Amino acid sequence: MALNRKIAYIDLTTGDIETKPIPLDVRKKFLGGRGLDAYLLYNHTKKGCNPLGPANTLLISGGILTATCASATARTHIMAKSPLTGLLGSTNMGGFFAPELAWAGFHHLVIKGKSEHPVYISINNGEIEIRDARDIWGKSVTDTQWAIREDLADEEVKSCVIGPAGENLVRFANVMTGIKNSGGRTGMGCVMGSKNLKAVAARGTMDIEIAHPVEALEYNKRFIDQIVSAKVNQTQGVLGTPFIWGATNCWGGVRTRNFQYNQCEYADDIEPERIDEIAEESMGPHHMTGCFGCQVHCRAQYKIPGGPLAGKYDEGPEYTSLGAFGAETDTPRAETVLTGNYLVNQFGMDNLETGSLISWAMELYELGIITDKETDGLDLSWGNDKVVLEMVERICYRKGWLADALADGGIPASKKIGKKSFDYLVQVKGMSNLHSDERPTPGLALNVATASRGSDHLRSRPAIDLYHLPEKVLRKIYGSPIPYDGPLSSEHTEYIGKPWQVFWQENCFMGVDCLGICKYHTTFLGPTLPNFEDWSKVLYYNTGLEMTPEEIWEVSRRCNMIERLFNLREGLTRNDLEKGDMLNHRYFDEPCKRGAIDVIGMTIDKKKFVKMVDELYKHQGLDREGVPKKETLKNLGLENEPSHLL
Amino acid sequence: MAKVLYVDHQKCTGCQLCELVCAVSHDGISNPARSRIRVVKWEAEGLYIPMSCQQCQDAPCLNVCPVKAISRNEELKSVVVDYDVCIGCRSCVSACPFGAMMFNPTDRKIFKCDLCDGDPQCVRFCEEKAVDFIESDKVTIAKRRQAAERVSTAGKEAAALQDPL
Repeated sequence: MALNRKIAYIDLTTGDIETKPIPLDVRKKFLGGRGLDAYLLYNHTKKGCNPLGPANTLLISGGILTATCASATARTHIMAKSPLTGLLGSTNMGGFFAPELAWAGFHHLVIKGKSEHPVYISINNGEIEIRDARDIWGKSVTDTQWAIREDLADEEVKSCVIGPAGENLVRFANVMTGIKNSGGRTGMGCVMGSKNLKAVAARGTMDIEIAHPVEALEYNKRFIDQIVSAKVNQTQGVLGTPFIWGATNCWGGVRTRNFQYNQCEYADDIEPERIDEIAEESMGPHHMTGCFGCQVHCRAQYKIPGGPLAGKYDEGPEYTSLGAFGAETDTPRAETVLTGNYLVNQFGMDNLETGSLISWAMELYELGIITDKETDGLDLSWGNDKVVLEMVERICYRKGWLADALADGGIPASKKIGKKSFDYLVQVKGMSNLHSDERPTPGLALNVATASRGSDHLRSRPAIDLYHLPEKVLRKIYGSPIPYDGPLSSEHTEYIGKPWQVFWQENCFMGVDCLGICKYHTTFLGPTLPNFEDWSKVLYYNTGLEMTPEEIWEVSRRCNMIERLFNLREGLTRNDLEKGDMLNHRYFDEPCKRGAIDVIGMTIDKKKFVKMVDELYKHQGLDREGVPKKETLKNLGLENEPSHLL
Repeated sequence: MAKVLYVDHQKCTGCQLCELVCAVSHDGISNPARSRIRVVKWEAEGLYIPMSCQQCQDAPCLNVCPVKAISRNEELKSVVVDYDVCIGCRSCVSACPFGAMMFNPTDRKIFKCDLCDGDPQCVRFCEEKAVDFIESDKVTIAKRRQAAERVSTAGKEAAALQDPL
């Protein structure tokens, strides 16, 4: 049964390993995946712990539905205190690792301490072993995985690993699995590096009994039909996430030259169709691939078409790589984007953070805030492809003053650079913003400002806001499972009703992350995709656990609140530019210069923005400072945290 | 004419949903180790090949079985195991040249693809139709057309080379 997957506590300092069942009442409160990880993080770390010290706790998990007969349950979740932001560190990746972990008998790993030398953890059918990784240390992301298979003499082992960036404690290093599945943002790979933990390998053939197999199978089929009938997924299945980039850029929502423009011109070479052409030329007509059990297959396979790494095989590039190595640095050339994508995948480094910080440095160079002295003579002019790729490598290996500073993350770098560099850094809570520009879309701006892991589009983004859906449709989506009759607006430039949409999405995404399902299978990009109602059934058919849609909503709220409590404990205050729910001043002061008629000239109205935050806090049950009210904690059963149930 | 399980590996995205639904539909359990179809992968090259029973005409498993527990289902033309007769000696597992006859260490039983009595679930769930269940002559028609297209493209390219332009 899915519910009998265990939790393992692994201490890398002492080598102690303990396994426990996960009690049903804990499941009912937090389900699994990100939600239960959040509970564990709050309970297993102390206020102010050093994110790079042995006291930081690293959590690796699958969702409650991982590896069951639900749809696309491939997601691995990883959590710890972030060395990038000093707040919540959290990441979620696809691939094949979490299901393998579940077949090996586990849903949650709690990893503490620090090993004296490089090690990796091997998990095989209920057995856990800490193995020497000194010979593997230094290897790239894919070479590490192949070396582990060789070490264990088993070609079916799946592992999540760090590359050189994690070893070098780049604060935004990723945990990676497969060719390119990335646990990015907030530097969870850096936490692994700080513990001398090169990888966690899983191999399992343990049965997961499906509670109601016939119903689960048929419901999965229904689910899949619903998923693949959505136009957005059909397009993803052909062009991958670059299609979103193409659409967003033509409308005027892509940050270019850091934050100077909102549209990348002369970008034909990185349009989705061009990327698709390259993939087709190098890999043939069927060049899309996917994660475990998923029919969307949103990931392209390609070989780099030219340049120093020509012919290297990689997967992607995603939406974020196009922005990070194409638009932000104003280098819209396929070779640059695909090479940059390959480099960060092999280094195990966040593409988005890397590109954003390089483009920030380029703007500082243009302004004369940094000069050839800081760049070691590198010409950081806009559009200098070679230097962008050189900087990617330098950051990973911390070569040179500037790259070493950037490798510590934006805010620490701004303190080293000084002058007015911080003003130009487009970040929230110490994490760089995605390359999309939220100035024309207040709802999306509210999302990035208030997301629990820092500026982020995968925590509460009401992306369907851009579709101008009729209010009736919006009411149907946002009025369930909890009734809502407040204002809602189909207009993406509006401020009214957006806080509820952000609140609803926050709970929707937490739900999907607790279950272990991909966000492309819920109300994120497609308004017709499944959410709470369907999850209630899928959960019952697969695990036998009976929970109403309203109860799952409550779990989501509870888990989001735990994340909030963690952030508050670590120093989040509402208007703090470094650690708060606040946007960079450029959102309020600099109007969009390019794009469509509903974009050009747009800024975020600060007064209205503040009101939106007020309203969001109200929905969340927080006071005006963003601190949970006593009754909110009581209603969610969190008045006694940390409660140390597990 | 009997249908065959036809694998077009170029279409396979490597998602392994076929493995999941195979195990769940047969055993009510999620576990790829119980799947009759397995996707063999070369991840570093992006190559995925679903492998299953070929329902051989001169089946080594059927020939090698010492107790005649393996026979041919005349309706589906498939190779089937009679578990009442099977002694679990695993001779068939050794004899199968495709690794398609497997042994389940939990149930201590051999298992193989039974075409789900004519409605293979792997096919039903594969949106790409990387695994398909089609009349055996249709397989060759499609293959022939693909090959002819290659010849025709090559011919056109050769003609273009001779073009005095």
